[in-house]
Amino acid sequence: MILQAIAFWVFASITVAAAVMVISAKNPVHSVLFLILAFFNAAGLFVLLGAEFLAMILIVVYVGAVAVLFLFVVMMLDINFAELRQGFLQYLPIGLLVGLVLLVELAVVVGGWVISTDATARATAKMPAVDQVPNTDALGQLIFTHYLYLFQGAGLVLLVAMIGAIVLTHRSRPGVRKQNISDQLARDPKETIEIRKVQSGSGI
Amino acid sequence: MDGLLREYLPILIFLAIATGLALVIVTTSYIVARQKPDAEKVSPYECGFPPFNDARRQFDVRFYLVAILFIIFDLEVAFLFPWAISLGGIGMLGFWSMMIFLGILTIGFIYEWKKGALEWE
Amino acid sequence: MPVAAFPDLIPAIPEIYLAVSAMILLMLGVYSTGKQTVRTVSYLSTAALFFAIPLTVMVTDGRMVTFGGLFVTDSFAVYAKILVLVSAGAAIVMAQDYLERQDIARFEFPVLVVLASLGMLMMISANDLMSLYLGLELQSLALYVIASFQRDSIRSAEAGLKYFVLGALASGILLYGMSLIYGFAGTTNFDSLAEVFKAVNGTEPHLGVIVGIVFIIAGLAFKVSAVPFHMWTPDVYEGAPTPVTALFAVAPKIAAMALFARVLVGPFGDLAGEWQQIIIFISIASMALGAFAAINQNNIKRLMAYSSIGHMGYALIGLAAAGSAVSAEVRAAGIQGLLIYLAIYMFMNIGTFACILLMRRQGRMLEGIDDLAGLSKSNPVMAMVLAVFMFSMAGIPPLAGFFGKFYIFAAAIEADLFALAIIGVLASVVAAFYYLRIIKVMYFDSSEEEFDRPVSRDMKSILVITGVVVILFFIYPDPVLNGAELATSALFPQ
Repeated sequence: MILQAIAFWVFASITVAAAVMVISAKNPVHSVLFLILAFFNAAGLFVLLGAEFLAMILIVVYVGAVAVLFLFVVMMLDINFAELRQGFLQYLPIGLLVGLVLLVELAVVVGGWVISTDATARATAKMPAVDQVPNTDALGQLIFTHYLYLFQGAGLVLLVAMIGAIVLTHRSRPGVRKQNISDQLARDPKETIEIRKVQSGSGI
Repeated sequence: MDGLLREYLPILIFLAIATGLALVIVTTSYIVARQKPDAEKVSPYECGFPPFNDARRQFDVRFYLVAILFIIFDLEVAFLFPWAISLGGIGMLGFWSMMIFLGILTIGFIYEWKKGALEWE
Repeated sequence: MPVAAFPDLIPAIPEIYLAVSAMILLMLGVYSTGKQTVRTVSYLSTAALFFAIPLTVMVTDGRMVTFGGLFVTDSFAVYAKILVLVSAGAAIVMAQDYLERQDIARFEFPVLVVLASLGMLMMISANDLMSLYLGLELQSLALYVIASFQRDSIRSAEAGLKYFVLGALASGILLYGMSLIYGFAGTTNFDSLAEVFKAVNGTEPHLGVIVGIVFIIAGLAFKVSAVPFHMWTPDVYEGAPTPVTALFAVAPKIAAMALFARVLVGPFGDLAGEWQQIIIFISIASMALGAFAAINQNNIKRLMAYSSIGHMGYALIGLAAAGSAVSAEVRAAGIQGLLIYLAIYMFMNIGTFACILLMRRQGRMLEGIDDLAGLSKSNPVMAMVLAVFMFSMAGIPPLAGFFGKFYIFAAAIEADLFALAIIGVLASVVAAFYYLRIIKVMYFDSSEEEFDRPVSRDMKSILVITGVVVILFFIYPDPVLNGAELATSALFPQ
């Protein structure tokens, strides 16, 4: 039990520290690397909560793909980052104020939080028993049958994302010569090579 | 719940040892080794030269397209894990719901392919 | 853990049909290489959208819930879906010419519009906070893309980016509200939520629930562009290609408004005391801003943006009346007024945008209000039609716009919201100023250049249909009135 508590505090404090570094690091590439650190520690927190599938997805999708996308975007932008940071101190008070307001709101809401037993009972009605079924299995039992509608909807959202990414960024480049392997293989020497006897001293 | 966490205990121990070892190696080499840097010593010499400009180069937008298409299929695969594990318990409905999902994404894949978004040049 | 039964697919046939046709159209577009591809896909998309209308009407038989309570279809959904499908279909028809002229005609456009409409249908049919969110995201994602469809224009790209960033923020707010509601109620299903909050009725609801509702309202208010969540509207409307603006002004707003009504009246119906004041506030703010900010606009698309903000303010009066504690009839009258208003709003806006799309001089697209000068001389028919739409928007009897406002204000008065009704009337008087200014420019200012004459058959028929509906609404209003009544009855089961 004590180990669990220690692990929680370590993961939580590293997550927060990394998150602070994300917004305060001078170099945007460092920001992305700190973001990855934050993701890893958040994954640790998820494991402590028993949500192991979510933890692994966080690493596979967020660290493996989203963070890489962020890196690409950071590298793609042609911005003078030093210039961009100049407003930081100027906006700091407002930013702190907004953060404080959100914190107070959260405190107000969570402070009086009484999780009624009804709410918990309703929320867990569809779930398989936590201690009998592994996390990933439990998710699988719900997503593909009970939440089939949402699952297919997610598929359509991904389809729109694909179309959107291509519509907005893909340009067909005319005049690019590609290697077409099947064409190369289909070439027949009989049609392309002609052997002629050339008389010496005279051209063809 | 506790059983689940106990399974992760080796990973935690591994992480702790790895972090500890890394810290030990770095700090001892920092403390033990003799270090007297001066301007000439830390400058690149013989085979190196000071950089002419920033190493950061602007990337082509095509990297972005590749990355975003990767994310989409990454997410698709993420759904396959719980499906593969629970397939025995969710019957034909579960099976076909994944087939339809994969079908939708295959349509997207065909579109990408025909559009030439998967080719670099 | 029993295996879930196979869900009843019949209520969702229109959605399934649209999803399948979008995918078929995508494949058709990418596989055919001819010159006519874009035109063909465009026409087929319109046909697919229009064919979904009878399908929607046919499959719905009373209230049908399926997919484990995630999806509902009833006469309310049918009414809203018809409006959405008509406006999306009309937007594709109107877009064709424009896109070709701007050299951005690509077959993805109609496909994305079909997918966006699918998202809107899913929003309208949502019976769960999760399906609501998914429909909303499907819709929004497709709309972000088509906002920046003219990707070589910096303003179009900016419009898409602005819409995306602010839309993502609104989605975040919405999700935060939903998670609070889920935390306190333990369910996301609308029917169960209604039951939970019925049980709480009488006692003060928990602060967290109220915060959750406020966040959900804020997220949805963004989608209908009600003040103070309207900031994106003028910039996005101005920057996006004009036919896209025409779509934005109509279909997503109708879908979001229908969703708004279903969420507030359904699961949170018994908490009306908590949300009614918020709706009254955003309604007044939208009407006022729509009336005053539009006066100084010179770009007609920006003007239409402020006009639509104002119109959403009027429509929200109906929603405010639906939160009234007077009686169930009064609440129903509010929703009925809202639905009638949305239908009339749709016809007026489609017609007006058809006129805007026809504003061409020597092949150039024009967007300035001053560019309308001399329209009455060079194209008297179009000037007359546009004048009719402007009078109708201003709410001058006997045009349709008057009746829209009439039912809304009547509902507000029944609900004892006198101040709201009076402010609404005042705002529409102010708003009449800028609508009439357009008419003045068309009829009394002169210009050397003529408007381009050849008007395509599609555009002509859209102008004729919307014009006839707006003019003759007072003679035969029954389809809209009865439809709205039937739709309202679905939200207030006896």
